[in-house]
Amino acid sequence: MQSRTACACKCSRRDLLKAAAGAAALGLVPGGAAAQSTDPRSLRPQVGDRFVFSSGPRKGIVVAPGDLALGGPHVTAFAQHPASGVTRDGSRLNEVLLVRFDSKDLTEAARANAPHGYVAFSAICTHGACSDWGWDGERKVLRCPCHESEFDPKDDARVLVGPATRRLPRLPLKAEDGALVVAGAFIGRVGGDLT
Amino acid sequence: MHTKLRQHCSAMAVIAAAFAGFNAPPVTAQSMSNYSAVTDARLLKPEPQNWLHYRGNFEGWGYSSLDKIDTQNVRRLQPVWTLSTGVVEGHQAPPFVNNGIMFVSTPGNQVLALNAKTGDLIWRYKRELPEDVVQSHPTNRGIGLYEDKVFLATLDAFVVALDAKTGKVLWETRVDDYKRAYYFTLAPLIAKGKVMVGTSGGEFGIRGYVAALDANTGKEVWRTYTIPAPGDPGHDSWQVADQWKTGGGSVWITGHYDPKLNLAYWGTGNPGPWLGDMHPGDSLYTASVIALDVDTGKLRAYHQYTPNEGWDWDEVSAPLLIEYRRNGRNIPGLVHPGRNGYLWLLERQQDAIKFIDAKPFVKQEVFTAIDPVTGRPSWDESKKPATGKTVTFCPSHWGGKDWPPAAWNPKTRLLYVPAQENLCSTLKGEEKRPTYEAGKRFVGTDAAATRVFRREGAKHIGELQAWNLDTGKKVWTFEYPHINWGPVLTTGGGLVFAGGSSDRMFRAFDAKTGKVLWEFKANSGITAVPISYMVDGVQYIAVQAGWGVDAQKMITRLDQTMKTNTHVPQGGVIWVFAVKD
Repeated sequence: MQSRTACACKCSRRDLLKAAAGAAALGLVPGGAAAQSTDPRSLRPQVGDRFVFSSGPRKGIVVAPGDLALGGPHVTAFAQHPASGVTRDGSRLNEVLLVRFDSKDLTEAARANAPHGYVAFSAICTHGACSDWGWDGERKVLRCPCHESEFDPKDDARVLVGPATRRLPRLPLKAEDGALVVAGAFIGRVGGDLT
Repeated sequence: MHTKLRQHCSAMAVIAAAFAGFNAPPVTAQSMSNYSAVTDARLLKPEPQNWLHYRGNFEGWGYSSLDKIDTQNVRRLQPVWTLSTGVVEGHQAPPFVNNGIMFVSTPGNQVLALNAKTGDLIWRYKRELPEDVVQSHPTNRGIGLYEDKVFLATLDAFVVALDAKTGKVLWETRVDDYKRAYYFTLAPLIAKGKVMVGTSGGEFGIRGYVAALDANTGKEVWRTYTIPAPGDPGHDSWQVADQWKTGGGSVWITGHYDPKLNLAYWGTGNPGPWLGDMHPGDSLYTASVIALDVDTGKLRAYHQYTPNEGWDWDEVSAPLLIEYRRNGRNIPGLVHPGRNGYLWLLERQQDAIKFIDAKPFVKQEVFTAIDPVTGRPSWDESKKPATGKTVTFCPSHWGGKDWPPAAWNPKTRLLYVPAQENLCSTLKGEEKRPTYEAGKRFVGTDAAATRVFRREGAKHIGELQAWNLDTGKKVWTFEYPHINWGPVLTTGGGLVFAGGSSDRMFRAFDAKTGKVLWEFKANSGITAVPISYMVDGVQYIAVQAGWGVDAQKMITRLDQTMKTNTHVPQGGVIWVFAVKD
């Protein structure tokens, strides 16, 4: 499996996950390289943020671990600062896909920072930046209806079918007091490759 | 700059950006010193050597009267220059040519000005698109020319006016909010000093419109919505309150213009959400042709091809303005090979569009009858997608013909139609109508459950058809080995040119017989509009190669159901051909 970082160094994905989580915990990383705004709503997900539904009838309600069905489908969410209640919905690029699997169904790489089989990825397709996802329940894969790219969330959002050529950026998670929270910044550049 | 470089990881793009920069100064300024202003008179009667409109003339014919390349010498057609655009995805725009200067737009909203004889770059404009823009249709279908300006409608819902000589931005107008999924992919229609554009975005719950801007100032002159508001005629065709606000009716493709009636004719997209029972009523003016007064934008007439449309049969293309004979009468017509699989013959009048005839040009298993007076279709309800149901129908949701334009040759009096035969879809309706959220998908089908397949027993899908409109008969059909997404050019030399197939071929056909007289394998599949022009007495054929967008999407869907693995390389190249002795 290829590492999917933007850096030219030969660091492993696990190294980066640890480094990102550590640096973010120390306040050294503002939640992702692309987050340049100081508006807390526009910041990418921050370490310690929880999640709220980003659309649908439960929009704005906190996502509890039990809200995710084992084996999918996915839930779309925004990160939310738990103390202030600020939701990071100031940019559509902040939207996140949450999926729950049995840990044994995840690849080794996917299990890193995936507490109890919960995984999170950027909801922005790496091809054309669409963010409305179909779920193939039989194969348990994410399909972007804009151009038919498919990603395998069990294998760290690897591209199964193009035109996308890049995985969905991974958002490290941790379990804290029975809740899902952000453990580090997005791994990989958030956004489509066409812009 | 870092972000822009990152979007094109190929060395080609890096070199191009470093060489040309953004809105670069002219490389060969002297070649532009005598640039010919594009006047209203020239737009009304474009010279044979030029290509000043999306389809060559206001009528939308896709016809060049040039005849130096003909059925006898076309086999000696060879490339004379090429240029890599450095861009991937769907290259669909025609080159525009004005007295030796070529203007080409690419996906990602770039415009190149070139010496049409040599291919030398004069200037290049690159729009810096917002990082959060959704590229649902990563393409651009062309520019517009007026006086000494070049107009571009953009993915972030702006119209930009460039100095034709330098590429410098003269003005730019924000027409809408791309964050609400309003965006532009079409070539602007230019007439009487107005730059007219229509909005894309039908899959996201937009309310379609055509807007006209003043060519000199960029100020909006009028805007006419394709979905009527309360109090407007046609509003009662939306039976549920407020559904009109997100009713779709995109305007994807450039309109055609009748200067005598002063009416521009535009095709409109399907309603949102897609499923008919999610927008009860006829849902005017979706899936229609609308006639707009160019001075005021007032809607003068319409004809709805499919009331309460529910198959995603966007009627994206504007009808061609053709005078045909029927029942001993010459009819000033509107001719539209529709996505619903019917060839529509209409009559244009000052305040009406009259139905004349309609017949299927591909196997159409949904419609059961066409009212002989009004043209209103009846259909088999069991073949109409609906909430909570899974329905299979033919032609597919891409229809009998999607956006690639048909062409009309006044010498052969034949209409050339790029068609998809034997293609069917299965759509699964969601359990309930989606709730509108700005910028979010608003379709009502389970995207992951959509299937597209070739009809059982069929051997081919893509076709190029030639129709005699005077007799109503199909004259010839060329069957492609795979699908066909090829816009059509026809010429005074008795030829038809089209690409469109996944084998990357660009072909020349005998316009009378459909026989393939020449073919050329390009770098990528060709889904762009071909053109012809002349410089210094030499006739050229020009087209962009660059596969992507819906053609790529259809192949992915077909690979899934046919268990095939079709690879069409991407990457834009402008190809220019001429006959070599």
